[in-house]
Amino acid sequence: MTDKNASTSRKYLKPPVTEVGVLGWLRENLFNNWFNSLLTILTIYSLFLVIPPLIKWAFVDSLWFSDAAACRDIDGACWSIIPANARFIFFGFFPEDQQWRPLTAMILLLALVLYSQNRRSWNKLLFPIWTAGLFVMGWLMHGGLGLPVVETAKWSGLPLTLMLSLFGMVGAYPLGVLLALGRQSRLPAIKSLCVVYIELIRGVPLISMLFMSSIMFPLFLPEGITIDKVLRAQVAIIIFTAAYIAEVVRGGLQAITKGQYEAADSLGLNYGQAMRLIILPQALKIVIPPTVGILISAFKDTSLVVIIALYDVLKTTKVTLSNPKWMGYSSEAYLFLAVLYFIFCYAMSNYSRKLEKALHTGR
Amino acid sequence: MTDTTAQKTDATIDQPIIELIGMHKWYGDFHVLSDINLKVARRERIVICGPSGSGKSTMIRCINRLEEHQRGRIIVDGIELTNDIKNIEKVRTEVGMVFQHFNLFPHLTILENLTLGPIWVRKEPKKEAEETAMMFLEKVKIAEQAKKYPGQLSGGQQQRVAIARSLCMRPNVMLFDEPTSALDPEMVKEVLDVMIDLADEGMTMLVVTHEMGFAKSVADRVMFMDEGQIVEENTPHEFFDNPQNERTKLFLSQIL
Repeated sequence: MTDKNASTSRKYLKPPVTEVGVLGWLRENLFNNWFNSLLTILTIYSLFLVIPPLIKWAFVDSLWFSDAAACRDIDGACWSIIPANARFIFFGFFPEDQQWRPLTAMILLLALVLYSQNRRSWNKLLFPIWTAGLFVMGWLMHGGLGLPVVETAKWSGLPLTLMLSLFGMVGAYPLGVLLALGRQSRLPAIKSLCVVYIELIRGVPLISMLFMSSIMFPLFLPEGITIDKVLRAQVAIIIFTAAYIAEVVRGGLQAITKGQYEAADSLGLNYGQAMRLIILPQALKIVIPPTVGILISAFKDTSLVVIIALYDVLKTTKVTLSNPKWMGYSSEAYLFLAVLYFIFCYAMSNYSRKLEKALHTGR
Repeated sequence: MTDTTAQKTDATIDQPIIELIGMHKWYGDFHVLSDINLKVARRERIVICGPSGSGKSTMIRCINRLEEHQRGRIIVDGIELTNDIKNIEKVRTEVGMVFQHFNLFPHLTILENLTLGPIWVRKEPKKEAEETAMMFLEKVKIAEQAKKYPGQLSGGQQQRVAIARSLCMRPNVMLFDEPTSALDPEMVKEVLDVMIDLADEGMTMLVVTHEMGFAKSVADRVMFMDEGQIVEENTPHEFFDNPQNERTKLFLSQIL
């Protein structure tokens, strides 16, 4: 702390300069020997072959807001398929005059997510705010209390994707943490229950879980009782994702040294307090990167619900493509979907990096 | 708070604050501690030394139940350690512990490290806990670091914070498990100084250490352990100048 001032006789030199300016950088990194120079030239040439036609197709020769007939006469991309069918792609079979409701619900959902990404809003208010938000969303989607009822069978498009993923994550995360703790339990019954759960679920593909939830599960229910199909898919996604989260969290728990448990014990904290205040905050922080990996793949995996005839945003796009008017523009449609998925996934991974930085406390 | 402690001290002044009676411990088949008998009076300072693997750390870790003993009795301030979790938690609030590797909570600031126990275990209001914490940080001469994280402090500073963290729980006994062994040499003194201050204030202390200078100047009794037994115990003066047991003599000749 004080050594800098103490040793005034000591000289501090600048590190040697090895490269100067752009040219120096170019020579150092791209043309430092004949092989690298050759690779650089080849790369530039192939980019030259690919990029201009791509730009021409996507931006110069393309149409953005036309009808289907106009698209037949151009060589470029027909982006018009998206705006022309936006309502169906985004909202699917939700009654057209009521589509403001899923739109509002989605905006509300995004607002809630944006609000809670700020760590300063992680306080006692967060839970009631989410509860209220979810209640309003449920009311908007389902109706009642003055709004016409829309059955869940008609929920489709982007709201369905977002809801399945968000509630999938929010439900799977705590369940996964509990399973990880259970797997470390000293009580044999709890431990083996968790091990069986995790290994069983991880040994089965999500598709088969979805099939089971939609076809087998109703067979076990008493006659006359039905559980909503969307809800069943939602539960299957939660159960599935939780098993993966559990194993990642277990890795984090194992990274915590024995000394931390002992320090917590010697202060007189009980098991719950030690876990909640000392162990989990550290363990969960360590496993942020792999956890976000799982959440991202869970988000993308929601597109598998098409196989039990739920119309998520991927399926509504496919349906649009089967319309004879718009057939043949699948490149445009799928590119659009890719960008849409990318935006959500990138936002997640970006946020996780920020969170990691914010929670970093040295060492 | 102070009133009740005072009354308790008056009533139990002659009773040892820690009593180990015929205590044994095994790790699997390995007999780590054999027939340990120990009485610690209030305000007594005991230094425990011995070769590594002699069971000295294990013994003091049994006193706050970080390790479980299999036979014999351990009584701390009138509370017998049994499997009853209530008793264990009660004993742990009586006994403070300082570890070789500090074991501060890296995700919490220094101040939060200190107030965590008082707030959650002793149920103190946050403001009061913070005042106490600042008082103890002042005492270990590190108050200006309160808002930092443990990772930003030197080893000696971290260990002083660890001592302050234990003191915030207002323990009647402090256990030190090789508190200076993981420190760079130039930081040992700042930690020992804090421990000496603590001893001067009359804290009951059990210290496992190889700092013989500390033992000579502070301890009321020095104990030598080997192969899971207390081989010799005496006043520091007698212990260092006139050791009785051959193993003690050998050990002292090697470390002094």
